[in-house]
Amino acid sequence: MTERAPVLSVRGLSVRFLMPGGRRVAAVTDAHFDVAAGECLALIGESGCGKSVLASALLGLLPGNAQTAGRALLGELDLLAADERTLARTVRGRLIGLVPQSPAAHLTPVRTVRAQLEETVAELTAPRGGRKALRAAAEAAAERAAFPVDHLDHHPHELSGGLAQRAATALALVGDAPLLLADEPTTGLDRDLVDHTVDELRRHVDNTEGAGARPDTGRALLLITHDLAAAERIADRVALMYAGRIVELADATAFFGAPGPRHPYGRGLLDALPDRAFAPIPGLPPELGALPDGCAFAARCDRTTDACAAMPPLGGQVACHHPHAVLTKAADRA
Amino acid sequence: MLELHTVTAGYDRNAPVFRGVSLSVAPGEAVGLLGPSGCGKSTLARVAALLHRPDAGTLHLDGTPVRRWRHRAPRDQRTAFGVVFQQPRLSADPRLALADLIAEPLRATGRRDEAAGRIAELSATVGLTADLLARRPHEVSDGQLQRACLARALVLRPRWLVCDEMTAMLDASTTAALVRVVEEYRAATGAGLLAVGHDRVLLDRWCGRTVDWATLTASGTDPSTRNEQSPTG
Repeated sequence: MTERAPVLSVRGLSVRFLMPGGRRVAAVTDAHFDVAAGECLALIGESGCGKSVLASALLGLLPGNAQTAGRALLGELDLLAADERTLARTVRGRLIGLVPQSPAAHLTPVRTVRAQLEETVAELTAPRGGRKALRAAAEAAAERAAFPVDHLDHHPHELSGGLAQRAATALALVGDAPLLLADEPTTGLDRDLVDHTVDELRRHVDNTEGAGARPDTGRALLLITHDLAAAERIADRVALMYAGRIVELADATAFFGAPGPRHPYGRGLLDALPDRAFAPIPGLPPELGALPDGCAFAARCDRTTDACAAMPPLGGQVACHHPHAVLTKAADRA
Repeated sequence: MLELHTVTAGYDRNAPVFRGVSLSVAPGEAVGLLGPSGCGKSTLARVAALLHRPDAGTLHLDGTPVRRWRHRAPRDQRTAFGVVFQQPRLSADPRLALADLIAEPLRATGRRDEAAGRIAELSATVGLTADLLARRPHEVSDGQLQRACLARALVLRPRWLVCDEMTAMLDASTTAALVRVVEEYRAATGAGLLAVGHDRVLLDRWCGRTVDWATLTASGTDPSTRNEQSPTG
């Protein structure tokens, strides 16, 4: 899966916020990962660990007091170096489709779903043939996200959570972007709706519909979530984030399955699930403005030794001085 | 005993969210109320916590019928409940530091002098550091803010806890931590719990008894009146 050219290639991405009084908040530090076409990478971690900041950095939506370093290559384009004009005209909606956290808040409340879809279709694809063609294209876009056409003339507040989510997904898919970025798309939805939403995202990644379907060149999906069950359901690979750093990159089957996570933090997160030990990780995540010099998880970890006072590199696939063992060499290379 | 008998409630008298629902929670019991988004379970939780006046039906609190809701309820009934909502951001006054947020119920009931002691005690229980207590809601994460909201719900030592999707916005570890705080409080005080949620795995693990919303409403709710926005704050 990784031999294909990646759609998105993030190298050494860091984000710092400059705060009043000269304080610096290290929201994201030295992130490295790739997402390939037809692949879903789930970026998981506790709230406040820097996941959403990373997403904002890719879209060029960081606030003014943010400083970025490193590269995020989407094809030939470095998203971090691109100017606002490039981001607005070629990236947002066209190269990256954003599936937002709260669809009800993302949609414009005073306009119907049809009006918003038609505006997006006109802006991104400019279909020829006037009103009629635009109307047909918007309805086709709705159908692609399984949004019922007879609900197109509703306003967002008249939609259920599931339908609002599909409307937002339909908007994200209009530009046929090679990368879908889903930032906590399932927060607050009930379990059936979560399963349904992530299954639909997965379907768009697999790209099996339509005349131009090329099974191996589907979209890439970067799924940012704290919902481990949703990640387990659709992810091919997992990037585990803690205190602004990616501490483990693993195959999803191995991470959620028998070998389990190698980083103690990943083990702790899975053990907190109600269908597992239901035991919280002791303590709180560190403040991103005052990170320790060594491993940020050491204070909460049961494997801590003197070695943890030094920052562990993400050597191989896990940034830990005392990772849990892998069962086979093959798993180590995965 | 907290007893709801044939309660009908909603936001429009002509189209109630649910009709004729009965549910009771014994002292010390943990009842999970399970239902899909928009079924009316949050409205029921608000009725049970005296925060929403039902259109019909009765509510008995330890044998006493409840006649008044919200600010009209007598103080000893109002303060018998601790409530935690789904969205901490919408249920926290953005102007208050977390310490003041936790102490607010003490101030409102004229027990300001207990504040320092209770804050110290509860911040240790829910895992908030002194640094966090001095911050305002926009300076902390959702998980940290929900910890403060849980401390606020416990500050008056309620006999009943109503947790309406308390953990829906939170990650697995924070969820497990907050559930543990609630359970330790209940073990120490014998408080009853009504936990509303849509996660069967969580409620089955957390509560002694899980009630399916569908079994409470024999007549069923009208799907056209379903409201997907969870009431908060």
